[in-house]
Amino acid sequence: MEPLSWTGPWGAWLNPLLGLSVAGLVAASLLSLVLSLVSAPVRRQSLPDGTLAARAGLHGLADLAGRAFLWLTALVLALYLMLPLLLPYGALGILGEMSQRFLPVWIALALTFGLSIAFKRRLGLYGKLFDSTIGMAGFALVMFWVFTALFAGLFDMIATHDPLTALSGMKNKVPGTPLAMADDGVYPHYLLGGDNLARDVFSRMVHGSWIVVQIAPLATIFAFLVGITLGLPAGFYAGRLDTLLSFLANLILAFPVILLFYLLVTPEMVQTGVPAYMAMVLFLFPIAFFGVLLNARLAPRPMLRLVVLATLLLFGGWLYLSMVSQDGTPVDFWPDALDLFDVPGGILVVFVSVVFVNAPTVFRIVRGLTMDIKTRDYVAAAQTRGESPWYIMLWEILPNARGPLIVDFCLRIGYTTILLGTLGFFGLGLPPDSPDWGSTINLGRRLLSIYPHAAMVPALALLSLVLGLNLLADGLREESLRD
Amino acid sequence: MIRFLLSRLLTLLVTTFALTFIVFFLTNLEPSLEKIAKSEIGTRVSDAEVESWLDRNGYGEPMLVRYGEWLGVVPGWTHTVDGEVVAGRCEAPAGAVEAGAFCGIMQGDWGWSTVFRRDVAEIIGRSLALTGKLMFWVMMVMVPGALILGVLAGMREGSKLDRSLSTVSILTTATPEYVSGVVFIAVFASTAVGLRWFNGSATSAMEDATFENFTLPVLTIALYGMGYIARMTRASMTEVMTAQYIRTARLKGVSFPMIVLRHALRNALIAPFTVIMLQFPWLLNGVVIVETLFNYKGFGWTLVQAAGNNDIELLLGVSVVSVVVVLLTQLISDIGYVYLNPRIRVS
Repeated sequence: MEPLSWTGPWGAWLNPLLGLSVAGLVAASLLSLVLSLVSAPVRRQSLPDGTLAARAGLHGLADLAGRAFLWLTALVLALYLMLPLLLPYGALGILGEMSQRFLPVWIALALTFGLSIAFKRRLGLYGKLFDSTIGMAGFALVMFWVFTALFAGLFDMIATHDPLTALSGMKNKVPGTPLAMADDGVYPHYLLGGDNLARDVFSRMVHGSWIVVQIAPLATIFAFLVGITLGLPAGFYAGRLDTLLSFLANLILAFPVILLFYLLVTPEMVQTGVPAYMAMVLFLFPIAFFGVLLNARLAPRPMLRLVVLATLLLFGGWLYLSMVSQDGTPVDFWPDALDLFDVPGGILVVFVSVVFVNAPTVFRIVRGLTMDIKTRDYVAAAQTRGESPWYIMLWEILPNARGPLIVDFCLRIGYTTILLGTLGFFGLGLPPDSPDWGSTINLGRRLLSIYPHAAMVPALALLSLVLGLNLLADGLREESLRD
Repeated sequence: MIRFLLSRLLTLLVTTFALTFIVFFLTNLEPSLEKIAKSEIGTRVSDAEVESWLDRNGYGEPMLVRYGEWLGVVPGWTHTVDGEVVAGRCEAPAGAVEAGAFCGIMQGDWGWSTVFRRDVAEIIGRSLALTGKLMFWVMMVMVPGALILGVLAGMREGSKLDRSLSTVSILTTATPEYVSGVVFIAVFASTAVGLRWFNGSATSAMEDATFENFTLPVLTIALYGMGYIARMTRASMTEVMTAQYIRTARLKGVSFPMIVLRHALRNALIAPFTVIMLQFPWLLNGVVIVETLFNYKGFGWTLVQAAGNNDIELLLGVSVVSVVVVLLTQLISDIGYVYLNPRIRVS
């Protein structure tokens, strides 16, 4: 097999086209930027003959050119994605083949966007997201990685090779290198090159997304459940409870995150079981949260309440015990026959420490929001009605704090992703051959000045996911403020 | 004001004590001690030997007593053989051991680093100086850059300039140091790309910082913090720009640049000040990552070495310093906020 170049033979005429349209886009946006600095944009202008022009002069022209070039760029990019389907293998080089590997993701993305835009008026805040360009761009980036993770993690699609297998002769090879010894049925190229252990960088990146997409949102949800369960009463009751909880939160926040990680995620610490005990405490909060939530709501219907709470405690408790009890740690008391699953060694520790680091910030946000909202009239009305404090907190205050919390949730998933990367970067927690992005960056950085591709690929992947989450949060904030 | 200050100082002291105890507890758990013993006397030793080594070196006492010794409120441990003191925590320069002497951080004795074979105080002092140099340049790049970005974006809310600059600041907050550092090295310092403008390592910057070897680390830390401060500045600027007195100035016929510079800027910079001070804990993270990536042997690098090699006394010293720095910046930011903003009165 021949080595692949970045855009292959067809790139010879697609690349200049792309360069031209991007240059035009940049020039047009710069022009309208400079114009907006020099003079305020003219929205409506009355002309001497008595008519009105909606957008006149250079401003309008620059805007029009910008939009035209944007569409042209989008069209060329679509060509890059679509052409490889019709052309023979390698005609559009590495980019073409990568885009072909991601085909299921493109289809899923197109379906999601098509359906969401078609029904956006009926979808509430989610639908409003599709009114803002920034929000849509962020959502597209996030969903790209979510779909990639699902297809790669559950159905083993997309990736070209096994992320852990080294193939001989492929050590530190540049992107597009053909396999040294190509067997039938094996994908013939390392699309993004090989790392210093001769594994496929592309497949590792794809499988790394599965680890991030599994841990980051779940850890953020747990952090939110802990923060909400403690923040609501702290803000609502204030007084001693608030002082104590705030002191504890500030205590954790005063730790530099990396120091905390180094203290919690070392093998010695795992041996003592401190993270396992922390997991026992932290994982209680979701059960407590949902228990109190349903208990407060169903108080007028005692029979139903009993049934629902019993089910919740039974299943929640079972999940809790299976999660907490781990073979080979000091906390191993639950019989194996009843143990639903074992979280692989390092992951539980990583999960716990990420939740632990995030929960105090969420606590502070919820506490602040609660203090603000509890002075509203509808809270006073509920109190006069004789509702219980927990009902007021969970069913009156919490729903009205959802706007800022949703925005922070998106940002926090991004932050959690960064934290996971930090852990990997220092080689803490996850096993060293794990394909997650932080560990891959850590492995790749040693040869960075000679073979940058091994570290660049996961770095850019992580950047795009976090950027997507931040853009999504920005779009959500804008749209929720517009109401 | 005095009462406010005193109560804040008291909280700071209590927090420092609590945090140092937590760090002491976490670093002195049994497996860590066992590992130290094994690294000192060899890996193939029986449990009894480990036990006796720990006893001889003062690790056998209860945790609270040893925390007191480390603080300097309990006399240091001594090991006696046949009624004669042979070893102890407080070793005098001549090698003689005094029984009943206090030597903890309150007496200025920070302990002995087992990795670097030096006094912890000396190591921390030197690495702090190096990190101080790095932070100085980071601040010189980050603060003006962020303020300019934020003010430009916030002066006309919703304009094209605002939207493009806001997107830039979102991009910088979405780029953690280990990503931007890797990208910078790959682009500006690798043989693969070929632009060899800067050095990919900052080791030589420890003695002699030049534009070539210091730009990348400084830029890497500055970029991540810049976006956040810029967004805060923008928010506070847009708020100020809608205030009544700005409208008055506008109606009076003051030119737009004059309004921004003379009237809006001063009030818009109160909030970013607090944010900049509160950035210190985050910058500390950045420092650890960047110093590891660029091999600059400052405070962050020392932290990684101490934690990675189970160097208990050095790790304790590093933790105390970083925690105190974080708490002090919080205190300064609170005081500064009250001082800058006359609307807040502390009674």
